[in-house]
Amino acid sequence: MEPIVEIRGLVKRFGSFVANDRLNLAIRQGEIHAILGENGAGKSTLMNMLSGMLEPDEGEILFKGKPVAFASPRQAVSTGIGMVHQHFMLIPALTVAENVLLGMKRGRGPLFRFKKACAEIRELSDRFGLDIQPEARVSELSVGQQQRVEIVKTLVRGAEFIILDEPTAVLTPAEVKDLFRVLRTLKAQGKTIIFISHKLQEVQDICDRVTVLRLGKLIGTQDLAGTTPADLARMMVGRDVVAPVRKAGVASGNIRLSVKGLHASVDGARVLRELAFHIREGEILGIAGVDGNGQRELSEVLFGLRQKDSGVIELGGEELHRQHPRGMTERGVAYIPEDRHKEGLMLQMSVEENLIAKEYRKRKFSQGGWISRRKVRECAEEQIGSFGIRTSGAAVPVGRLSGGNQQKVILARELMLNPKVIVAMQPTRGMDVGAAEYVHKRLLEARERGCSILLISTELEEVMALSDRVAVLYKGELLDTMDREAADLDRIGRLMAGIRPDTSCAI
Amino acid sequence: MNEEVIVSFLASAIRLSVPLLLAALGILFMSRSGILNIGMEGMVLIGALSGVVGAYYFDSAPAGVLLAILVTGLVGLLFGFLVITTGADQVVIGTALNLFGLGLTTVFGRSLLGMGQEAVQVKGIPSVPIPLLSDIPYIGDALFNQNVLAYVSYLLVPAAAFIFYKTNWGLQVRSVGENPLAADTLGVRVHRIRYICCLIGGMLAGVAGCSLSLGILNQFTENMVAGRGFIALSAVIFGKWTPLGTMGASLLFGGADALQLRFQSFGIKIPYQFMLMFPYLLTMVALAWFSGKSKQPAATAASYKSLADRSS
Repeated sequence: MEPIVEIRGLVKRFGSFVANDRLNLAIRQGEIHAILGENGAGKSTLMNMLSGMLEPDEGEILFKGKPVAFASPRQAVSTGIGMVHQHFMLIPALTVAENVLLGMKRGRGPLFRFKKACAEIRELSDRFGLDIQPEARVSELSVGQQQRVEIVKTLVRGAEFIILDEPTAVLTPAEVKDLFRVLRTLKAQGKTIIFISHKLQEVQDICDRVTVLRLGKLIGTQDLAGTTPADLARMMVGRDVVAPVRKAGVASGNIRLSVKGLHASVDGARVLRELAFHIREGEILGIAGVDGNGQRELSEVLFGLRQKDSGVIELGGEELHRQHPRGMTERGVAYIPEDRHKEGLMLQMSVEENLIAKEYRKRKFSQGGWISRRKVRECAEEQIGSFGIRTSGAAVPVGRLSGGNQQKVILARELMLNPKVIVAMQPTRGMDVGAAEYVHKRLLEARERGCSILLISTELEEVMALSDRVAVLYKGELLDTMDREAADLDRIGRLMAGIRPDTSCAI
Repeated sequence: MNEEVIVSFLASAIRLSVPLLLAALGILFMSRSGILNIGMEGMVLIGALSGVVGAYYFDSAPAGVLLAILVTGLVGLLFGFLVITTGADQVVIGTALNLFGLGLTTVFGRSLLGMGQEAVQVKGIPSVPIPLLSDIPYIGDALFNQNVLAYVSYLLVPAAAFIFYKTNWGLQVRSVGENPLAADTLGVRVHRIRYICCLIGGMLAGVAGCSLSLGILNQFTENMVAGRGFIALSAVIFGKWTPLGTMGASLLFGGADALQLRFQSFGIKIPYQFMLMFPYLLTMVALAWFSGKSKQPAATAASYKSLADRSS
């Protein structure tokens, strides 16, 4: 079949760094084509060139056989290329109709006709089964709905070629199903779709062909029929990815951390309700759930960053009152925060300073308020070696490291404390397969040493792979806690959508 | 209170709120496009001087207004250049603009209008009673026996509301103030919109200055704006970034100003300095009360570089 988009010898450099190195790719009309690659493989760069945000340094892009050069996103849009960004380009304060038609010129007077706009959007929404209310304010929509608004935006502008950047990263399993249904409808009506992802299973489920990028180079393009996720992972990482080995039954009978009747609120609104769970020594309790259901607050309360309204938290049998972060650290609680840039690290400060950020007061590093640079350096170099942190030195600002290496710095800092409990909030968020594998390995090692780990993650696969027991958090409540053996994706997926176990048979 | 006192209070309340309203509408246009203009004080001051200078040298009040619009329009574009194109911090540039406006108008006020004891008096903008409407009891005389600039300010309120909420351009302005990146990806020319809003804001600052110097006092005195630029900024916040709300807040603050003048003339035994504080105190209270709850455009005071610029 005739390719709708063809890329020939495309090169993009940033300074001396080659982000895309002579890529050749042909995308067929009406297919769903996956672009796979680790972070930094060059997926975004390639897509930004296709959508007119970046201009290539060399090579050419052909759209329907004709060479095109985009100086701006506007031009790409008018050619028929639409992009749905991972971070939605929506304006929450405006209505759906305003968001969709913003910036459109063709055949419009100076006035914005709200009713006409709504009718137009409703028509498109019906045609592609998108189920969108054009009068609603975007701030009131769920994430899945917002994504469909983004899709409508491209359709209104006549897009025939739609790029979806990590579209499932923010969705619940049910929303992913809805999205796939929409994508199939789009495909049936002749649209071509680029599906960027690092979730291998999803790529297998929805896509026709896949192109794998690694370190800026194109590794290969192939049909998905007949490949396995393991094949794809090997292409992405360049070696076999071994799922971390999880030894069974290292948990002892002793309960390390126990939480009963925990309530917490933000600005007067309850975000955690009647939470109760416990973690034994050498056990990982996984908390699954869609982002924004109280995960952040739970981790903050446990580390003492947020005060609870009521409830009992016991650590090693001792009840904690008025906990605060330093106290929790001294009691052996380590914390891997959700956002390594905002909370986890001081980006301008060096790797070594970040590594000792929780221990600089100890005799090991300072005496009488004076920090021993030599000891800090020795310790930092040891950690850099043992965690394989890729940096040109211990004095380099941690902000210059890649995301995966930044996470290793946090991991090294927290594990250096020999913690009894680790509160890990999305420990592999935004990390690629190889780096995530490393984090998982380290967490499992900590577990084997008898550490109790609370793993909070929106990545269901991660929770399933590591946890001894799994609980689901929905609107601030733990709906159900089960042994991993009893947990299957379907059951957890329903819980994540808020369908309680006792009502499930009614559906 | 008798009828005469009420009518004259209303009239002065409206007269004093006109400069506030004009300046506030200028700030509103800029603010809606994501530009925080704390330099309005300086802009209005420059406008006030330009108006008097124009009126003095051309011997005509309209010429003064035109000159003021021209000069402050350019100042608005300069502000735009600094905060949009070079991406300088809007608070710093705004503060600098206030200091610059004060110094500039002092120097040029003295060199162009003389340093005599008596300030130069120029032709003011005459009051034009509107037939029929000005005969309405109480409010007729207060509302419809004002100068042309007051009528202009009344009309600008519905005009601004129409532009913001009913036109494509207004939608673009709002989107740029909320999320310039999203607007950019949809083909909205973010910088162009912001420049136009800076130009409008600057021009309205000129009109506001004239409504003070040519509309009320018929002269220029040093630092005559006396914080009204800041009060206008708080009127926008208090008015929740809507034209109608801004008008209400301007009227409230103008009323407070008129009230303190009234109190002074009543001879109540409070030192007049306390009376003078009243409008500013009200501003502070209003801001403390409302700023937390109101909806500021999300991209306020954030400079924006287009993606293409950023990567290079």
